[in-house]
Amino acid sequence: MAGHTITEKIIAAHAGRDEVAPGDFVYADVDIALGNDITAPIAIREFEAAGARQVFDRTRVVLVPDHFTPNKDIKSAEQSKILRDFARKHDLTHYWEVGEVGVEHALLPEQGVVGPGDLVIGADSHTCTYGALGAVSTGVGSTDLAAAMATGKVWLKVPSALKFVFTGKLDPWAGGKDLVLHTIGQIGVDGALYRSMEFCGPVIEALGMDDRLSMCNMAIEAGGKNGIIVPDGVTRQYVTGRAEREPVYYTSDADAVYEKTYQWDVTGMGPMVACPNLPENVKPVGDLKNVVVDQSVIGSCTNGRISDLRIAAKILKGKRVAKGCRCLVIPATQEIYLAAMREGLLETFVEAGCAVSTPTCGPCLGGHMGILAAGERAIATTNRNFTGRMGHPESEVYLSNPAVAAASAITGRITHPKDVA
Amino acid sequence: MKGKAWKFGSDVNTDEIIPARYLNSSDPAELARHCMEDADPAFMSKMAKGDVIVAEDNFGCGSSREHAPIAIKAAGVSCVIANSFARIFFRNAINIGLPIVESPEAVAGIQAGDTVEVDLGAGVVRNATRGSQWRIAPFPKEMQKIIAAGGLMEFVKEQIASR
Repeated sequence: MAGHTITEKIIAAHAGRDEVAPGDFVYADVDIALGNDITAPIAIREFEAAGARQVFDRTRVVLVPDHFTPNKDIKSAEQSKILRDFARKHDLTHYWEVGEVGVEHALLPEQGVVGPGDLVIGADSHTCTYGALGAVSTGVGSTDLAAAMATGKVWLKVPSALKFVFTGKLDPWAGGKDLVLHTIGQIGVDGALYRSMEFCGPVIEALGMDDRLSMCNMAIEAGGKNGIIVPDGVTRQYVTGRAEREPVYYTSDADAVYEKTYQWDVTGMGPMVACPNLPENVKPVGDLKNVVVDQSVIGSCTNGRISDLRIAAKILKGKRVAKGCRCLVIPATQEIYLAAMREGLLETFVEAGCAVSTPTCGPCLGGHMGILAAGERAIATTNRNFTGRMGHPESEVYLSNPAVAAASAITGRITHPKDVA
Repeated sequence: MKGKAWKFGSDVNTDEIIPARYLNSSDPAELARHCMEDADPAFMSKMAKGDVIVAEDNFGCGSSREHAPIAIKAAGVSCVIANSFARIFFRNAINIGLPIVESPEAVAGIQAGDTVEVDLGAGVVRNATRGSQWRIAPFPKEMQKIIAAGGLMEFVKEQIASR
């Protein structure tokens, strides 16, 4: 009998099965069911319309008002209120108010709400982020969330798996973001459709947790069901002192079956940038020297963590944002905000002429706090550059790592960080 | 289901189907007013109830927002036919009862403006304008149960009532 991937093992364990195979249809128990201020209002409406009176577990239904918060207008205030009222009514242990809330996919790992071995669903496509901890975690819709809030279960088709092996020496200006952009550039925005993406190899083993979270975060941009990294010492160190529940460490068998294995030597690969209007339009930063940017956004569930802010601050230290360019820095959680403050990073940003904001998804989805006008162009450490993603349908978004976004803010055009360091 | 075909290309994403600037509402009628706005701003003024969206690869990629299939359904689109669907859009469509068909053959054989008939029960897509038709593969058995129940919440209602 063939071995199994980490994804198959975690799904089997949550479906009460000894083993599962790709294509199997299962009802699995969820450890965490997540919603935000855009997706949870529909889920709550469906939950109540179906006659559900209580959530399956008040410690496992998680609501994070992070997208349009602090509330941008009356309508979004009403949406947030639906979450607040529901959290209060059902006495949910995981609901954060503005002032404690952060961007969901930075907040949940940080607070130990999700951890190794979990099966997590979230009504947000970037729920795949938690695969970096060795969890099976996937985005679903509001109705899936409603059903899971009531029953604790989700229907899943077991995905086949793609394996991505990274070898060689990673460039000092490149990180997890560049590895995942490279991956999407190679396989396309539907290159992993319905499939599991397992990242491994010596380059991944040498990555810190923040970079791993960035990588798994963007599995959905290749169409993947989940991104996942087998837990190791980095994982154990990260979850120690955080995990709310006892972590379960799964691994992939040596004879696990993969539909396809990609092996890339990344030696010599510098920072990568995804050009409009798809995350697969990836080019080396050096090819985009003449592209003028009106705005640089450093933050989001992809790159709003403390190591991202440290890199950006190192580049911006003692420099000024170019005339005519705006730079927004958005620490992804309050803990990150506080750390950035204590380390002097916020001072560096403000002195450089950046606007520093409270945690929010805000501009990433064109919600608020940094919307683009027609004809404007942004470079952003976010995860999507679809038409109109950050504002007007005739605006453009380029995706990069934090070093490139910071360097580009200084020159007002897309810039390799080594050129301003 | 019978209506006029509106054709779209590959990677039509949820930001184009329903831009985030309208996500401060979850009211189906309001979402429907902006259906497909950033893919074709005139879509809602041109389409009629019952019309069919025909697209190429990876329809509905991007965000998990159920607002996208809700907007399409509430706009009166009777069915979406595509070469392939992004996975969250696919499950959302099953869960809320928006008819979808995966058929590269049908997509290739339908031109914009053709009259298309979809009979999910019989498993057939017919191009009434050109007189061609295609068999469509049935959904997996377990998904058929959800569809037959009228969507996921109807399907789990019994479980919820017994809790």
